[in-house]
Parts: sequence; C-alpha cells; structure tokens
Amino acid sequence: MPTLLRLATAGSVDDGKSTLIGRLLHDSKAILADQYADLNGRDGEMDLSRLTDGLKAEREQGITIDVAYRYFATPTRDFILADTPGHVQYTRNMVTGASTADVAIVLIDARHGVVEQTKRHAFIASLLGIPHLVVAVNKMDLVGYSEERFDEIVRDFCAFRGHLSSPDIAYIPISALEGDNVVDRSEHMGWYVGEPLLRHLEAIDPADDRNLDDLRFPVQLVIRSEGNDFRGYAGQVASGVVRPGDRVKVLPSGVESTVASIETLTGELEEAFPPQSVTIRLADDVDASRGDVLVSADGAPVPTRELEADVCWFADRPLRPGSRYLLKHLTHTAEAVVDAILDVVDVASLERGPAPAELGLNDIGRIRLRTRRPIIADPYKRNRVTGAFILIDEATNDTVAGGMVAG
Amino acid sequence: MSTQTHTLTHLQALEAEAIHVMREVAAEREKPVLLFSGGKDSIVLVRLAEKAFRPGKFPFPLMHIDTGHNFPEVLEFRDKMVERLGERLVVASVQESIDKGRVVEETGPRASRNRLQTTTLLDALAEHGFDAAFGGARRDEERARAKERILSFRDDFGGWDPKAQRPELWNIYNTRVRRGENVRAFPLSNWTELDVWQYIQDEEIEVPAIYLAHERAVFRRDGMLYADSEFIARDERDSDPFTASVRYRTVGDISCTGAVASTAATLDEVVAEIAATDVTERGETRADDRVSESAMEDRKVAGYF
Repeated sequence: MPTLLRLATAGSVDDGKSTLIGRLLHDSKAILADQYADLNGRDGEMDLSRLTDGLKAEREQGITIDVAYRYFATPTRDFILADTPGHVQYTRNMVTGASTADVAIVLIDARHGVVEQTKRHAFIASLLGIPHLVVAVNKMDLVGYSEERFDEIVRDFCAFRGHLSSPDIAYIPISALEGDNVVDRSEHMGWYVGEPLLRHLEAIDPADDRNLDDLRFPVQLVIRSEGNDFRGYAGQVASGVVRPGDRVKVLPSGVESTVASIETLTGELEEAFPPQSVTIRLADDVDASRGDVLVSADGAPVPTRELEADVCWFADRPLRPGSRYLLKHLTHTAEAVVDAILDVVDVASLERGPAPAELGLNDIGRIRLRTRRPIIADPYKRNRVTGAFILIDEATNDTVAGGMVAG
Repeated sequence: MSTQTHTLTHLQALEAEAIHVMREVAAEREKPVLLFSGGKDSIVLVRLAEKAFRPGKFPFPLMHIDTGHNFPEVLEFRDKMVERLGERLVVASVQESIDKGRVVEETGPRASRNRLQTTTLLDALAEHGFDAAFGGARRDEERARAKERILSFRDDFGGWDPKAQRPELWNIYNTRVRRGENVRAFPLSNWTELDVWQYIQDEEIEVPAIYLAHERAVFRRDGMLYADSEFIARDERDSDPFTASVRYRTVGDISCTGAVASTAATLDEVVAEIAATDVTERGETRADDRVSESAMEDRKVAGYF
C-alpha cells in the first residue's frame, strides 16, 4: 500500500516553481483534460501558474498569496504538495504550508544563484523542523547544463549551511521546463550521479522522522457510552508507542495507571503509534480530561509554566513584552504572558540580532513566556508535535504567532 | 499497517487526520453540526464520526439542506442511515425559504436551486445556533477549494474572506469564533476523489444506488447527461430523452447534477473507472461550476459550503 509524503515548495513564479509543479502533476497524470483546457488564460497562452493560483486576486496580480494544496501519486507514494508563496509579505502562509511538511523543496534559478529569498526559505524550513530539504537548482538548460555553475551554487548554499538544522539536504540540478532530472534522469547532465527529483522523494521515509521513544498522548475528549461503564480517552498519538499493560502517568496531575486497552471502531489494537487517532482505556478510575497528557510512568517530562521559544509573528500589531495571549498547545489552551523578547533573526544574514523592542509582522525571534497552567512540552527539535504551539489574540481571535519550544 | 516499521498507509494517515479534526472541533465548539447531503463525501464523514466518537453518541446532529429536488434513492438512503445510527437529523428546506419569502425561486430555462441553498444554510445555522459545521469538501475538487484551510472561518454574514485566512499550523486548530460567527470544518480536505472511493471500498461502506451504473432516462445538455425529471424543464437546445446506462460521480440538486455514461455496477469497477478518468468530477458533472472561472470562489465568499 502506498504511504503519504507531505511536500512544501517555496519560491516565486520566476523561479519556475509553477513549471516544476506542473511537470510533477503532468508526469504523474494528475492533471485532467478539463483542467488543461482551463490553463489557457484570456490571451490563450498556456499558463501553468493557473494550476495553483486559485484565487481571483492571485490571477489578477499574477502572484501567489496563499498556500494551494495539490495531490499526485506514484505507485509507491501519495503526495500532498503545499505550494506556498515565496514573498516575504505572505510568510505566514508559507509557514502554514511548511508546518506539516516532511520535505521542503527550495528552488533556485541557476542564472541568479542563491538570493536572499533562498536563504529565508531554507531558514524557515529548518526552523519548522522539516527533516528533509531539497535544493533544486532549476533552469539548468539556460546555463548550458554547466557543472561548474551548479557547483558554485551548491558552494554558496553551503556557506550558510551552519545556520540550518536540517539533517538531510540534497542538491539536484534540474530543468523543470525540459524535464531534466524531474522524473527521468537527464541526458544533458551525465556529471550528476544522484537521483532525479521524484525518485529522491520516493526514497524518503517519513516514518523514520517520527519520535517513537517518548510516549505523549494528549487527551482530546473523554468518551462515555450510555448504558454501560465505558470510559475512554480519545486522542491522537503525538509520539512514542503505547501498548496495553503499559504503566502511564496523567500529566499535569501525576496520577498513575495502566493502559487497559486501545480501542477503535473496528476493534482493539495491540499498539498505537503516531499519528494514529485512537481511544485509550485505563485500568483505574482516574481523573483525566481534555488538556491532560498521558506519558510513560518512567521518564515523564516535568510540566512547566515558563518556556523559551522561537516565534514567527503573523499580526500587523507588533508583539511587545508584557502582552497577554492565549497559548494553544496540544489540546490545551492556556493564558500566557510574554515576559521578554530575547532576539530577532536577520533573514538576510541568518544571524540573531540583539533584543528588539518589538517583533513586527513576519519577524522571527526568540521570546520568553509564562503560562497560567503548566504545560507538558518538549523541545521542538526533539518533538515536532509537543514542541509546537500557537498564540491567539483574545480580542480578535486571530492566530498571531506560531511557536517552537527552544532547547 | 506494518507493526515493524510503524508506518500507516496513506488512507490510514488521512483517516487519523480527519478523526483528529472532528474531535478537536467537537471538543472546542459549543454547538457543531454535520452537513449531510447523502453524497459519498458526507457518507464518509459519518463513518469518520463513528470512528471518532463511538461507543458514545455523536456530539452533534446531522443536517440536510434539502433543495426539494432530490434523487428519491438518496432520501431513502438518508433515512435508513439515520435510523441505523440512532442520531438526530435536522432538515432545512429550500422550499420553506421560498415559502417564507427569504429567497425567490429562479425561473427560466436553466433555473436551479443551487444558489438558493446558501440562504437556507445560513438561516438554519442561525436558527439552531450552530457555531461549527462539518462539511465533506475536498481541496482536489476545485481551485478555490485548493486554497481553503481545514478550518474555514466565516464572518457573521457567513462569508469567506480568501485573503484573510487564519494561519493554520501543524495539527493545532484555532476554533475560536465570536457570537454569530461560525467555522466550517473540512476533515476530508486532503482526500482526493479516488481516496474517498478506495476508503468506501476498503471499509465496505454502503452508498446510494445512483453511484453505481443503472438504466435511466436521460437527456443531453451542453455535453452532459441529466436525469429526465419533473424538476428540470427541457428546452429546444436539449436532446430528446433516451435510456442509457449511467452512474453519478457527485450527488447534488438533481437539476444541476449530471450523470456519466458508465457500466461500472460494482465498487471495484467504479474505482477502476475513477482511476482512469481524464476529467475532474466537478468538470464532468456540476453545471454550477461552469458558470464562470471563479464560480466556486464567488459562492464561498457568499457563504456556500
């Protein structure tokens, strides 16, 4: 059975992003006849960006404003592709698409090489903990399929490699327009010994990136049944593996019990692992409800009310020390106050600058927070589910920040 | 599923995501509702609700926006299913909206109640105080839908502002709304038409008979096949009725839902046909999306699902 891989692309129309997506969809037969007919704009010219620029405003302005999701499949893989806008003004939409991705594809125009936007995209992918990064050097046909030019771009990219935490980075020379190294190996670049893009994507196993060590099961709701004493804790396994008989602790209360069974509509399971949605029954009648987290009885994390985190700021109104927000983490929403802004990232140099007075729209920086109720968090680097949170402005209900717990 | 590698198949991963979304919205919103049309997507939603909440009751009723122009097979299916589930069904009727003067029936040769149902939906949400509505919409259906979040926030006019969508990170959903506003939740956002059919096949889920090939009196209009029915007035541009073997790819208002010529009489044959098709389901069967190049976006801005 095929498995799922979530991709995020970033770049502008000029980088050939639409052409690359069009090529992937076309070569995997995911564009159908009526969609082809629809790709002809008013002037009758074939325009592949119409595949993903689905909003009126995008077609009018010829830019990508928000994430578009596209789906294609090969015999071994089903792909969800989040096509995200490259422009700094729409960073929050790029972050939306990147937050769930297993692989980020950063496009570079071979003629222009590494530009500021390349760095920003790679940095955001790294900050969001996307485990696999593909640097696709596109338009190789326009630089004579030159190995020297490709090597030069890879060297320029490696110059800021130290600022990226991505464990796996692949560099692939392609021509999306001509189809070189997208699905099939290029006949023009015999010097390239790696896999074509699609083969490379097929070989990545997202299951390898999940945390199967630390059991974290956030309780979404308690399920009861009329007429009998069924009481189960419904939720999605965030990390770790859980089996009947396991000793578990309910946090933040610290009460211990044993897993009696793992229930689904179609029967009991011998184990559950991320990202399965299941219902867990405990052997004892303990007090647990939405917002609590089941963890292994040994090696349980310590609930905390203070944390440091990197945040991407999404709101026009800046973040200032002393501001209060709602912090939603796992299945719990806590009141939180920002005690301090510690630094801000300069996306041109990727260096962290001294503490600013505020974080503005699209800024990325580190802050220190305090919450009213303790939360059960792990460093984002260790756990992409329990290390993530959002901040909500209680006055507008807007999501104003995405946060990643430091450490 | 392989227990050695702890890997889910793509359908299992999509299922886990959808269940998570349903539980999250049900836990955080005061009064959700599940929009049930009798179509395959809403039938899959109901199965996912069973997976999310059984052995408990659903923490929401089902609601059917009834255009009055139904396929009788679908109504029969709906009532049987509701009885089996033992859950509550609310029916909001477009005919009632017309009778009350909330909307005016379209007239003329290509009249349809498709546009009218937006008013009926918004009125019903307000009347019952529903603050979240689950829908079966998928992002692969249409390019405006490809842009919509899993949780789509609607203002107090029910409208969607595509340029001001809330960022939606990880699996953390901001479900907060003010009084009078609501969220539409689309747990099947990341499913394709083929995923839905494969899931129906894997899970052995019953669907209305019109999804399988059957003999029906139809006529041809603009290259599509429509049921010869009391709800559609034929005009001089339409063909004469004839009998053909057809099945439906979507189930909507009978007056704007086309059939496809097919002999696929089993689920296996339907899945094989869908996998091999070269036209999208909306392109092939929905007259309402053929009106203009942004027909769906315009309807969503006005409050449509």
